[in-house]
Amino acid sequence: MQPTKIHDPDYFHKVVDCQWACPAHTPVPEYIRLIAQERYSEAYMLNWDSNVFPGVLGRTCDRPCEPACRRVRTEEKPVAICRLKRVAADNKGDISDYLPRVPKVKNGKKIALIGAGPASLAVARDLLPLGYEVHLFEKDPVGGGMMRSQIPSFRLPESVLNEEVDQILNMGVECHFGHEISSMKAMLEQNFDAYFIGTGAPRGRDLELPGRAEVDDQIHIGIDWLSSVAFGHIERIEGKVIVMGGGNTAMDCCRTSLRLGADSVSVVVRSAFEVMKASEWEKEDAMREGIPIINNRPPKEYVHENGKLKGVLFECVEPVKGENGRLTYVPTGEPDVLIEADHILMAIGQDNHCPWIERDLGLEFDKWDCPVLDEVTFQSTHPKVFFGGDSAFGPENIIWASAHAHQAAISIHLFCQGKDLKQDRPPRGVNLLSTKMGVHEWAYDAEHDASVRNLVPLVEQQTALADVKVEVELGFDPALAAAEAQRCLNCDVQTVFTEKLCIECDACVDICPMDSISFVNNADESQLRLRLSAPALNTEQDLYVSTDLPTGRVMVKDEDVCLHCGLCAERCPTNAWDMQRSIVHVPQLGSFAE
Amino acid sequence: MTFVVKPRTHHPRLPLNDLGLTRRDYEGSVSTLCAGCGHDSVSAAIVQACAELSLPPHRFAKVSGIGCSSKTPSYFLNKSHGFNSVHGRMPSVMTGANLANRDLHFIGVSGDGDSASIGMGQFAHIMRRRINMLYIVDNNGTYGLTKGQFSATNDKGSTSKKGAPNLYEPIDLVTMAMQIGASFVARSFSGDKQQLVPLIKAGLKHKGMAFIDVVSPCVAFNNHQGSTKSYEHIRQHTKNVVDADYIPVHQEITADYRPGTREDVNMPDGTTLKLYKLDENYDVHDRVGALNYIQRRQESGEVVTGLLYVDPEAADCHEIMDTVQRPLNELNEPELCPGQDKLDLINDSFR
Repeated sequence: MQPTKIHDPDYFHKVVDCQWACPAHTPVPEYIRLIAQERYSEAYMLNWDSNVFPGVLGRTCDRPCEPACRRVRTEEKPVAICRLKRVAADNKGDISDYLPRVPKVKNGKKIALIGAGPASLAVARDLLPLGYEVHLFEKDPVGGGMMRSQIPSFRLPESVLNEEVDQILNMGVECHFGHEISSMKAMLEQNFDAYFIGTGAPRGRDLELPGRAEVDDQIHIGIDWLSSVAFGHIERIEGKVIVMGGGNTAMDCCRTSLRLGADSVSVVVRSAFEVMKASEWEKEDAMREGIPIINNRPPKEYVHENGKLKGVLFECVEPVKGENGRLTYVPTGEPDVLIEADHILMAIGQDNHCPWIERDLGLEFDKWDCPVLDEVTFQSTHPKVFFGGDSAFGPENIIWASAHAHQAAISIHLFCQGKDLKQDRPPRGVNLLSTKMGVHEWAYDAEHDASVRNLVPLVEQQTALADVKVEVELGFDPALAAAEAQRCLNCDVQTVFTEKLCIECDACVDICPMDSISFVNNADESQLRLRLSAPALNTEQDLYVSTDLPTGRVMVKDEDVCLHCGLCAERCPTNAWDMQRSIVHVPQLGSFAE
Repeated sequence: MTFVVKPRTHHPRLPLNDLGLTRRDYEGSVSTLCAGCGHDSVSAAIVQACAELSLPPHRFAKVSGIGCSSKTPSYFLNKSHGFNSVHGRMPSVMTGANLANRDLHFIGVSGDGDSASIGMGQFAHIMRRRINMLYIVDNNGTYGLTKGQFSATNDKGSTSKKGAPNLYEPIDLVTMAMQIGASFVARSFSGDKQQLVPLIKAGLKHKGMAFIDVVSPCVAFNNHQGSTKSYEHIRQHTKNVVDADYIPVHQEITADYRPGTREDVNMPDGTTLKLYKLDENYDVHDRVGALNYIQRRQESGEVVTGLLYVDPEAADCHEIMDTVQRPLNELNEPELCPGQDKLDLINDSFR
């Protein structure tokens, strides 16, 4: 193998699995260290800088970082990253001094943001400090988008959401609330310098089956129903409720129903439990509240009597693993089952839908009704129009909206300066900073803590189910947060190897608790992976290969299960190993980290 | 020296041996020796060898004297018996332990100061007596604990860290051991575990005195230009004559492609010692020839390594003394003191 190019900004970034997995590339280990030091405001700001809504995300994020966490590979359960983020938000002090200053004299460019969801808000935040005049158009009377309309307040209290939405609006956004845009053509005629569309994926799917038309009153589209609950238009649901669908919206619908007075709630899913789209923890939350999740039941018919819904007839199937590993469903032969219902909440997916964008503006849409976009710049086929969030590539979640927004904001900024959106795009970078403080002192807590993941305390269930506005999770208190923070492996403190200092004494090989380091003769990657003291079978994780050493061998480190405990550097007599903090620079407008 | 505790967490796919233990179960406490000390590699090699042989850690006795080397038994086989004895007196304590309980595995770790200076007499006599044990000398040619004076194994002309040459002839423990009775003699290098681990395995399985002289550089006081026991010097001047590999009874001997001419030596317990002759002129069973060879090479500045002499049939101390098969510590009082009649019989035999 060729020697590893550690100065490639992506090499060490990939070692920080959580940060690499995060769409917004939040520097997770760094903010966890700040939490451990009780520097909550700083931890909050580090988050705010990269993901814009730490308080919201600390409760609702889809957490791609957690399955990626190295602890899943070294032990079992990841660090409770999301919960720790919330701790920063809950305990922060006054952050006003940290917020970016917005110039009073504007730069003369006007930007229109359509939809006041997370994507648009994040674009506003990125552009305002550079002097842009930002106009936000929203059909609802308040900002927040799906964070407000689709996430129930027992998961995300309104006060938390308001705080983070207002933080941005107060930076000087020109708000046009209650202002529904009905024509993109008319918008373009207003001659803004650029347009950003962040209107989400607003159309919930319906399911056409026999009997659909007759029971229309008792079938509700999940996201619309949640929105009506959020805005206070619906306060009760009575009788028996069936939630159809297996995603996170289904989980929100069933738990909300339980709180609004339903006699019974069940979730019925077409597919198997393991392949449900809902996050693991959201399924657990629903089941903890006693909601049955019934799997492998495709619906056949809405059963009604005298124009009133009686229930839904389901077929009984079972999953069979095909040769390609995918599940197919075959009938079990059991008779169809009728599940009684007075209301059906339909949570089987949502689609992009922009009927207000005329199709003759040079703004193309693909066959799924998604805009045709450049994946890097988020620019549509109309040069002035940019997309982000769910409206870009279909339903994702908030953290993706933040990530899209940062890129779209860079594009808008380049576009307004007349620069090339790709060639002039600022590059990523990486800085390495030694953490060596003394003979045996490191600027991070190197010692490995093998304790298991801490559970987050919950409010008593009776209290929780009585009121839709009571937040279920209490969050970690500072002591639990400190304990959980210790579980972080500090993967951003990298093991950096300097060939010319190495005397090949084997001290690092002997001390490494995870058998990550080997000195072997070089070979191509597939062979080299098997040649190490512990075969490197996880090909998703890179090998760190040195140049040739005096004995003709190379140092090979398998990044897979390294604990970043620093023992290799502790035991190295010549400082050939050093623990260096990698600071990944992901370009972003107005970031104080730049 | 390390203050960070070595995590107990290990690689998720670390192999289990026949006892269901991982290599990590054979470790000791974290070393307090200098970072980069060769002795830590020797400890790691012992850990690996014992784990690969699937020997129960609690059936070991590890004994040492004084010095950096003699601290190392703390750093392997945490679950075993241990005795850190007086300077140079490991052989006496070891002899006693071995006589008391012949069923244990015995590892003695000593250094060049402990064995070639203050314990020279003890060294000579335990070799003569062929105690059934593995005797390892971590040989760095210097007194590390007292800041780097020349030891008795330091080569003449080799210099101190400040540049002063050593004026005295070195003691070569390998040739001494061969001359006075050791039935398994090897030399290796702490920086070459591929060679060292199989030698330790073979030595542990050898019945009788197995002696391994391990050149183990002192990074603090004897790893400079001018030293003949530095990592760099040893790498440039070793001449490996015979590689060894230990094959347990139940393991089939399959074709292999290691360099050298292969010779299988059958051990009395049914296991096999595989030898790979890397120099055709070297005969591992010819003691006198081997002695000549080693000394000739030594004159030209080469350090001969590998398995240098083995006699698998040689009797060990218990055989020579014709002791009972049961360990003496398991004999009860009537067996140990059989009474006046037996004593009279013995006394009569001297009349």
